[in-house]
Amino acid sequence: MRTIDASIITETVKKLCIQANCFLSSDIKNCITNAYNQEPWPQAKEILGHIIENYQIAEQKNLPVCQDTGVACVFLKIGQDVHIKGDVTEAVNQGVRQGYAEGFLRKSVVADPLNRKNTGDNTPAMIYFELVSGDKIEITVAPKGFGSENMSQIAMLRPSDGLKGVKEFVKKTVLEAGPNPCPPIVVGVGIGGTFDKAAYLAKKALLRPAYESNQNPFYAGLEKDLLNEINALGIGPQGFGGKTTALAVNIEYFPTHIAGLPVAVNINCHVTRHKTEVI
Amino acid sequence: MAINIKTPLTKEMAKKLTAGDSCLISGVIYTARDAAHKRLCELIDKGEPLPLDIKDSIIYFVGPTPEKPGQAIGSAGPTTSYRMDAYSPALIKLGQTGMIGKGKRGKEVINAMKEHGAVYFGAIGGCGALLSKCIKKAEVIAYDDLGAEAIRRLEVEDFPVTVVIDSKGNNLYETGPQNYLAQNK
Repeated sequence: MRTIDASIITETVKKLCIQANCFLSSDIKNCITNAYNQEPWPQAKEILGHIIENYQIAEQKNLPVCQDTGVACVFLKIGQDVHIKGDVTEAVNQGVRQGYAEGFLRKSVVADPLNRKNTGDNTPAMIYFELVSGDKIEITVAPKGFGSENMSQIAMLRPSDGLKGVKEFVKKTVLEAGPNPCPPIVVGVGIGGTFDKAAYLAKKALLRPAYESNQNPFYAGLEKDLLNEINALGIGPQGFGGKTTALAVNIEYFPTHIAGLPVAVNINCHVTRHKTEVI
Repeated sequence: MAINIKTPLTKEMAKKLTAGDSCLISGVIYTARDAAHKRLCELIDKGEPLPLDIKDSIIYFVGPTPEKPGQAIGSAGPTTSYRMDAYSPALIKLGQTGMIGKGKRGKEVINAMKEHGAVYFGAIGGCGALLSKCIKKAEVIAYDDLGAEAIRRLEVEDFPVTVVIDSKGNNLYETGPQNYLAQNK
């Protein structure tokens, strides 16, 4: 049994909040550069050029890449052989509180969805715990902006809708979103499980590096097909037309009920942020 | 070649702009998002004066990050505009001529733009660090309690935007993808 003090979790979350918001991860930067090189439509290429310039300025000046520094989604994989000394939930929220204050990040969380008073410190975080083997803790902070979150959708398809139904639903979601989620987008898809599990899988899919395909060849092929079909829609960067509508499609799947085919599509913008550290 | 716009944006100037035009805005613009728009419209309903001169004004839908010491403003890119659809027509009716945001607008907004002569600009979403360079001064003029959502008076220089929907209702979100697809089938 290894003991980890909750204060170390706070320190790590704080650091990851700031880094994730100011330094775009290399997987997304590579996708944007590739898209820039392959984009045939002049206006679309120009916008992609500005997007590259933007993350470079953010890096140099330690500025948030986007003003929507998001709600902090924090994923913890906790080893079974770890004993955390202190309250882990409070430790994460304290890290978010400190990170958003010290990093000059925007506080975008309201305490109650209907009465809408800002909590003032961007807490609470959306926290997801997973128990794994080992004696370490892996922490991923993924700040999520709501321009893209608002364009996400879920459907409880029929098993008879099959592969075709899933593809149509993903494309319909992207088309209806159009320019709203700041394309080029990253598309997280969760297939199977239950209503809530599918949505969780879709969010989790956005954590996977954009260059990594699903390990199952069938789903890897589906990711590739969907990316090509989405990029044939013509929406383009910012919705002004062009080839680059999506940078990546990441799919996660899970066993489901004989009667069901849940599909969730969680859309992320070109400022897809995720930063991981193991303690 | 970009069109230079000096604020205030008169109706005559707004009507000359066409969907697809690239523009550089210099002068004074105001920030407001959901919560500030709600309060502005409550004032209009009560017949009370607004905290900004709405005639010929441009409102930028943005909630910036807090500025660091020595900065005029933090990152400041556009937010999704459709959330302001419930409020924009009332402001356009009072003489607002420009909106800066990103994403689609509803029919009621476009109808108000056509009727009164207003234009909807798009700034590049997700480019808050880049756009902040064009904002030289920022001052909260109303609703300080709203934090990032307070109304700010911004002084901007060569702030880059694209006309997305013009005062005739032409819409780049429709024509842009159509033109691309027509030439890349």
